[in-house]
Amino acid sequence: MAGLEDLYREIILDHYRTPRNRGELDPPAAHADGHNPLCGDEIRVFVIVEDGIVTDVRFNGSGCSISQSSASMMTTAVKGKPIADVRKVVRRFKHMMTLSDETDTTPVDESLNLGDLEALQGVVKFPVRIKCATLGWNTLIDALDSITQP
Amino acid sequence: MSIDVTTIRKDFPVLQRQINGKPLVYLDSANTSQKPNAVIEAMAAFMRTGYAPINRSSYQLAAEADTLYEGARQLVAKFINAPKASEIIFTKNATEALNLVIMSWGRANLRRGDVVLLTHMEHHANIVPWHMLVAERGIELRWVPLTADGQLDMSDLDTLLQDTKVFSFTAMSNVLGAISPVATLCAAAHKAGAIAIIDACQSVPHQATDVQAWGADFVAFSSHKMCGPSGLGMLWGREKLLEAMPPFLGGGNMISDVRLDGFTTACLPAKFEAGTPPIAEVVGLGAAVEYLQKIGMNNVRQHEIDLSSYVLNLLNSRFGDDITIHGPTNTEHRGATFSFAFRGIHPHDLSQVLDQQNVCVRAGHHCAKPLMRIIGANATVRASFYLYSTQSDADALADALDSASDIF
Repeated sequence: MAGLEDLYREIILDHYRTPRNRGELDPPAAHADGHNPLCGDEIRVFVIVEDGIVTDVRFNGSGCSISQSSASMMTTAVKGKPIADVRKVVRRFKHMMTLSDETDTTPVDESLNLGDLEALQGVVKFPVRIKCATLGWNTLIDALDSITQP
Repeated sequence: MSIDVTTIRKDFPVLQRQINGKPLVYLDSANTSQKPNAVIEAMAAFMRTGYAPINRSSYQLAAEADTLYEGARQLVAKFINAPKASEIIFTKNATEALNLVIMSWGRANLRRGDVVLLTHMEHHANIVPWHMLVAERGIELRWVPLTADGQLDMSDLDTLLQDTKVFSFTAMSNVLGAISPVATLCAAAHKAGAIAIIDACQSVPHQATDVQAWGADFVAFSSHKMCGPSGLGMLWGREKLLEAMPPFLGGGNMISDVRLDGFTTACLPAKFEAGTPPIAEVVGLGAAVEYLQKIGMNNVRQHEIDLSSYVLNLLNSRFGDDITIHGPTNTEHRGATFSFAFRGIHPHDLSQVLDQQNVCVRAGHHCAKPLMRIIGANATVRASFYLYSTQSDADALADALDSASDIF
């Protein structure tokens, strides 16, 4: 069995104890809600898009260390990026989580550097936690979709 | 000693399993129970040499299967002191059993504005179907609140029961372990002119059950929580009430006649057993009932009272304010199911750490989200003990909890 040091790397615990971009954004920010029915995690992701750039992103809610730290790292990874790049990062991250979206045939850019997010790679050794790691990301996509496809 | 737990554990092969050289500490019996050899062998033997359809065919093999199947029904009836075996309906699980009585009795007897009384500690299976009836025909729901130590607050019960048609409640909470005073509550319901529907999933496996002494009208429980196989649930109901109810699922076995222009139903219990039932599972349940009868349900209860005392004492003295155990503190008022918060660590992270020590618990909302909100948590960790659980299991739980502080 994989050891917990594979899962709870220092940077993950750091983001859990000191989450970045935690909070809310007022309208015209869009938001979406996500939850993990298995463990009761709930998340709300707020996002502001100006001229096709995600200028600000926040998250709120309660959840386990994996869901919260992943959401925190997500916000730092996508803030300031154009929407197309944000979606690239999301695809890349979900690919790392060994998830494939059958409806999205766009190829994954494996050269894309995920930086701190690489720390979450250990999650795949604990398949039950994959949904925790991707919760914020799926919710971010929902929030973006609500703007671009009203 | 109430039961010889060392000998009993030998009956459960999975408990001999080691993962990474460490023994298995299974503390999720409130979710589903482990199976003794008697049940495994009964099902295997049946499938190996006796498997046949029931109620349909007239050859020797089928007749034998009928005898085993209906024999299991008799055993279940005796186990809960039901007046007649024909009042026992086999379903695919207790959730289906509750849906059966809620939809079938409910649709025939409840109209817009009729009131159904539930409690804040119900499992989703005894909440969601009622919500569906609210949407379908405008019934109203009322709720019995809880006391500070997680028992039903009976102080306003008579007022809450006024003009209700149904009082439906759990005999034992799957989150808090709280035991309801079922006989008292059934009597109160009847006095108010309501029927009583009991969710007995957590109580039937853990203490002696007497549905006649309870004075209940319907009782739902499940095979897989009482050492029987999954895929099988049971509904007991008063004969007069069941006979007056329309069928739930339609198909084969539950009919007397089918014509191009209609059908007539079979008599009980077939009326509510449409299609091919879980035959091997019922045979397995029969073996489970015999296994538990031999041990004695009063002995099982005593074992769990003793274990509960040990667990509460151990966890509270070792962790003090670091742990908050929900539910009653008096072991006479609770089963051996403990939901708790620990050192502010998220339940999912906690259960991950416990898993490293092979301690198997449930983390989540336990299919009781309204109750979670009331106790102020999104989720809790729940450790639940059964007849094969030991004080060593409790010790292992405590040690594993302590190790969580290495990370969090």
